[in-house]
Amino acid sequence: MIDKRVASLTEALEGIGDGATVMIGGFGAVGQPDALVDALAEIGPRDLTIIANNAGWSAETGISHLMARGLVRKMICSFPKGSEVFKSLYTAGKIELEIVPQGTLAERIRCGGAGIPAFFTATGYQTKLSESKETREFDGRHYVMERSLTADVALVEAWKADRWGNLIYRGSSRNFNPIMSMAAQLTIAQASEIVDGDGLEPNAVVTPGIFVNRVVQVESRVDDLLRAQKAS
Amino acid sequence: MTGTPTSIGLDTAGMAKRLADDIHDAWYVNLGVGLPTEVANYVTEEREVVFHSENGILGMGPTPGDNEIDPWLVNAGKKPVTLRPGASLFHHADSFAMIRGGHIDLCVLGGYEVSQAGDLANWTTPSGDLMPAVGGAMDLAVGAKRTWILMRHTTKDGQPKLVETCTYPLTAPAAVDRVYTELGVFEIRDGGLHVVSLSEGLDLETVQARTGATLHA
Repeated sequence: MIDKRVASLTEALEGIGDGATVMIGGFGAVGQPDALVDALAEIGPRDLTIIANNAGWSAETGISHLMARGLVRKMICSFPKGSEVFKSLYTAGKIELEIVPQGTLAERIRCGGAGIPAFFTATGYQTKLSESKETREFDGRHYVMERSLTADVALVEAWKADRWGNLIYRGSSRNFNPIMSMAAQLTIAQASEIVDGDGLEPNAVVTPGIFVNRVVQVESRVDDLLRAQKAS
Repeated sequence: MTGTPTSIGLDTAGMAKRLADDIHDAWYVNLGVGLPTEVANYVTEEREVVFHSENGILGMGPTPGDNEIDPWLVNAGKKPVTLRPGASLFHHADSFAMIRGGHIDLCVLGGYEVSQAGDLANWTTPSGDLMPAVGGAMDLAVGAKRTWILMRHTTKDGQPKLVETCTYPLTAPAAVDRVYTELGVFEIRDGGLHVVSLSEGLDLETVQARTGATLHA
């Protein structure tokens, strides 16, 4: 029998070691699995490489909290502005940064999950972000070769889940979560609700359970989401 | 006349309205963060324009009232938004497939510099920002069917932002189709800047004096 439900955040995060590459879903605070990230900060694996769109928004929670604990060696993201913790670490030379155009970041992750090692895109051609990358012309247009991204672990947030690991999302919280779920060896989802019985309605499933290893139920942090909106 | 601050032409609301007037009915449009976001306020009701947000929304509506905020629904600037009838929600790879696959009719972005060849610089400064960030600017500039720039005609200290060659790091080469400033509307074609219209009361000589490349009437 398949049952991907786990009872606690600690159990959900079991097996994440030093030096792991961790994808973290979310666009700003929405869809960011802060309960999982905060629990990971408590466990404290070091030298992490984090792949996410942003670098967090509050020193008390989420990605910035992980950084404030000194656990992150490298950040791969499109838009780290808005994280004071990241800014101070970066300007002090205590964290590495790889800036990736947002669409290229999404496509690198999607390809990672789909078994595609590299692809060509017009994004970034003749810019600082494509220096030293292979370029090629197709049908008169110039393209940059980008490598796909995979990870040891993906931490994602869903609205609802079932015991098979199927996920659905709410509002704009889908963002990077479905593609990150596909691109990691171990995908761990936090969800506001895990439905019983026959599970989620198959027509509504966005992330099929094959991509998800563990699901854990946590209460939605509505106050945090509203605080993040005000802070931006 | 470089070195003289510009205090003529439209105010920022006027600039946003001028651009909004050129958006067609039934276009799918992505508005960048900052002044471009204001354009939505001036698209009149007789046109059904579908606003796209990078974080996975088509059919964004106006900012909600304080009691109507959905904590799970934000725009690319991470501010609360609403959904219009016919809206849809999707993940980031689909969202950027819309952009990079040429499905978005128009993107409106801000700019530090635009060259007469349509090169766009809008993501970082020549010295390199203290902390670089690019977001979706490079994807939008190369991917949308049309890239229009909404920006002031000169810098705060009066230097032209429409130039022969960009000195700022590029976001994308030969990407810009039109530039809307407080002084007028300019189309980029055949490697040059062509005047579409000048703001009320301004002549070509006045605008040319504030421009770093030749304006073609």
